[in-house]
Amino acid sequence: MRTATVQRLRVTFAVEGAWSYASVLDLGRAWERLLRRARLPLAYSQGYNPHPRLQFAAALPVGYTSLGEMVDLWLGERMPIQEAAEAMVRQSPPGLRVLQVEEVPLAAPALQALIRAAAYRVWLTTPLPPEAVRAALEHLLAQEHIPRHRRKKDHQADYDLRPLILGLEYCSTSGTTHEIAMLLRCGQAGSGRPEEIIEAAGLAVEDRIIQRLRLLAGADGEEKG
Amino acid sequence: MPLSAAQLHRLLWQVQKPARYVGGELHSVTKDWATVEVTLALAYPDLYEIGMSNLGLAILYDLVNRRPAFLAERVYAPWPDMEAALRAAGLPLYSLETRHALAEFDVIGFSLQHELNYSNVLNMLDLAGLPVWAHERTAEMPLVIAGGSCAYNPEPLAEFVDLFVLGEGEEVLLELLEAVAAWKRARRQGTGPEDRRTLLRRLAQIPGIYVPSLYQVVYGPGGELRAINPAEEDVPARVRKRIVPRLGPTPTRPIVPIMETVHDRATVEIQRGCSRGCRFCQAGIIYRPIRERPAVEVLADMEAILANTGYAEVALVSLSSSDHSQIEEIIAQALARHRDDGLSISLPSLRIDSFSVRLAEMIQSTRKTGFTFAPEAGSQRLRDVINKGVTEADLLRTAEAAFQSGWNRIKLYFMVGLPTETDEDALEIARLVRELMSLGRQIRGRAVEISASVATLVPKPHTPFQWAPLARREDVERRQRLLQDALRLRGVHLSWPDWESTWLEAILSRGDRRLGRVIHRAWRAGAKFDAWSEHFRPELWREALAQEGLDPAWYTDRERPYEEVLPWAMVDVGVSPAFLWREYRRALAGELSPDCREICHHCGILTAFAQERRTLAQGRWGCP
Repeated sequence: MRTATVQRLRVTFAVEGAWSYASVLDLGRAWERLLRRARLPLAYSQGYNPHPRLQFAAALPVGYTSLGEMVDLWLGERMPIQEAAEAMVRQSPPGLRVLQVEEVPLAAPALQALIRAAAYRVWLTTPLPPEAVRAALEHLLAQEHIPRHRRKKDHQADYDLRPLILGLEYCSTSGTTHEIAMLLRCGQAGSGRPEEIIEAAGLAVEDRIIQRLRLLAGADGEEKG
Repeated sequence: MPLSAAQLHRLLWQVQKPARYVGGELHSVTKDWATVEVTLALAYPDLYEIGMSNLGLAILYDLVNRRPAFLAERVYAPWPDMEAALRAAGLPLYSLETRHALAEFDVIGFSLQHELNYSNVLNMLDLAGLPVWAHERTAEMPLVIAGGSCAYNPEPLAEFVDLFVLGEGEEVLLELLEAVAAWKRARRQGTGPEDRRTLLRRLAQIPGIYVPSLYQVVYGPGGELRAINPAEEDVPARVRKRIVPRLGPTPTRPIVPIMETVHDRATVEIQRGCSRGCRFCQAGIIYRPIRERPAVEVLADMEAILANTGYAEVALVSLSSSDHSQIEEIIAQALARHRDDGLSISLPSLRIDSFSVRLAEMIQSTRKTGFTFAPEAGSQRLRDVINKGVTEADLLRTAEAAFQSGWNRIKLYFMVGLPTETDEDALEIARLVRELMSLGRQIRGRAVEISASVATLVPKPHTPFQWAPLARREDVERRQRLLQDALRLRGVHLSWPDWESTWLEAILSRGDRRLGRVIHRAWRAGAKFDAWSEHFRPELWREALAQEGLDPAWYTDRERPYEEVLPWAMVDVGVSPAFLWREYRRALAGELSPDCREICHHCGILTAFAQERRTLAQGRWGCP
């Protein structure tokens, strides 16, 4: 089994349909199977239970679709990028769509360390009129602090949601559905989730569709490269 | 009208593990309903992650969907959060592939693998908006059928299910769908009386199909069963199970689930049936005769399934993996082909000998979970009673070989509540575990870990123990306590199921048609997911039994005489009751019956399926 790494590929992919209900662990297993089907010369971790080396940029919450998830994978033998990309596209199940494959230096920083923010589009269905939704969002943005807590598995963690919001914009209305754009911190320094914004804004929800548009590198979400 | 993805999303963002309810997996088959004649919903009355691990359903899904005129879709029991969401939204239970309401299918086929799923069968019918009682459903509603190992005693569900498919479903299910297609055509053309009963009468002609409404059950004054008689001409007095003379094609493009399932791996069935004749084992009787898949086929299927799925683990399944005549060759070749890609092979159900340790050593797959074997009983006397055919020397040699090969953990399966068992017999389990602990320490040079799972025997229909009573609660619990006290040792982990689950499983697996009303009452009172401790409410079942005036002890505590008509008497598994009775008497006398590859015990299976046997090239099934 190959354990040495000679090439690192960065894949950008979309998560749609049934796959949007997958957990982070499900997506990890799905990629392992996809790459085995594609017969890529993967590099494996060492140890009793070797796994292909894969690193995801940021966990996608269950129930979200995405147009810009990223994963790095390491190969034990060099392979032309085009060929690798085609093999992956061929083996992608419906709902996991390979969008881009690029090579990155083996020594490049980890994806998780790179990502600082994520852009979301939210379609919120609520009986509230557009003005009320807009006002609730503006009120939220006007706060200096938004103290909240998250239930973790065994404890509660207090946090301030406000600094995690980098941008919040009401876009449009269609019937009782309101489209909202959000730019939220995402990464090792903390992540905000769109449903937390909706909750903190006190909006009643009948339905919600959340899509992650892309993951952004660089300070305060300014996209670099 | 199928549910839309958007309608579904409104529910799914509010429930746990929504991937259970969306389908859309790789290799799931979505057909256009307008192009097929008959639609079948394969239903499993437990969670997705349990049902998706069932190989039988994967085989049937593959076979039915290969036929252009039929389609098969899947449905599983929704967890209570999803059930509440469906009911609140006024939406019916739907199929995963095309999200059609369950009630829109022509046939709903339940896989019955566990008695504690019965309340879920009723709940799923109700969630489909269908009457749970078979006699209340009209010809416009789906035909509700059931198969699987629990169908070998169909009576407790006889009032809810229109018909039972007995035995292996590969051929008979397709015959049934053909007949339903013909019936639908005739209905459309308006030729002849095409009501539900006409269809059922016709289906009762297909070998392997038991239609309970065409039989009359006669009880004696004391509530004892007198007879189960055909109520009409042309209805067979006994229904023989179906078998396939050769193992059919392995599903090599199985559905690859999005979420993790219980057995999330590639599966190749390498053998069906078992020759060992353990007297407690229902599978050992109902899956007779033995049929092996040749090594070359196993290897080719394995390659295809791995290429199609991308799994890194393959399970070579059978009732006794080390008994396949080419098992070593299969493993050696598989390992040679996959040296570089980290494939792991698992072999469930290894027998107790050093050959099995060698196999386990080759595949290395149980290093982490521990080397597993099943002595079943602690004392030699009891192992002889159950015909386990293993001596203490075998056990010690096997454990020794496992420790010498580097295992630090051993997992053992035992039972209590076996016929003739005494406290001393049960304590022998503790002695054996202690012995293995010290053997392990000696060989490994450090403390080893042993986990012992101690189940309680439920004497199952169609086994030599079918006449035996369920052990008494006080005896079982006392023996469990004795074991606990005798095994307060570091490194020893003991576990057993709670008594109430065993009790209910015994009643439902050994019960008669009158239990239908009990199941109905318990379900109405809220029973569901009885196999899950967080939902199991045994008091609902006790109350339901009392309200129906049935004494649970009637089903559990009596040793049934040979003359008594058993509720499953009309089911012919190809093994004769006389053989089972002989084995029961030999059990009580502590006499062993050797592996039937050494000597034929005339169980009846060869004569029952002489015709099928002749169609095999070598004319043999591993029986001498």
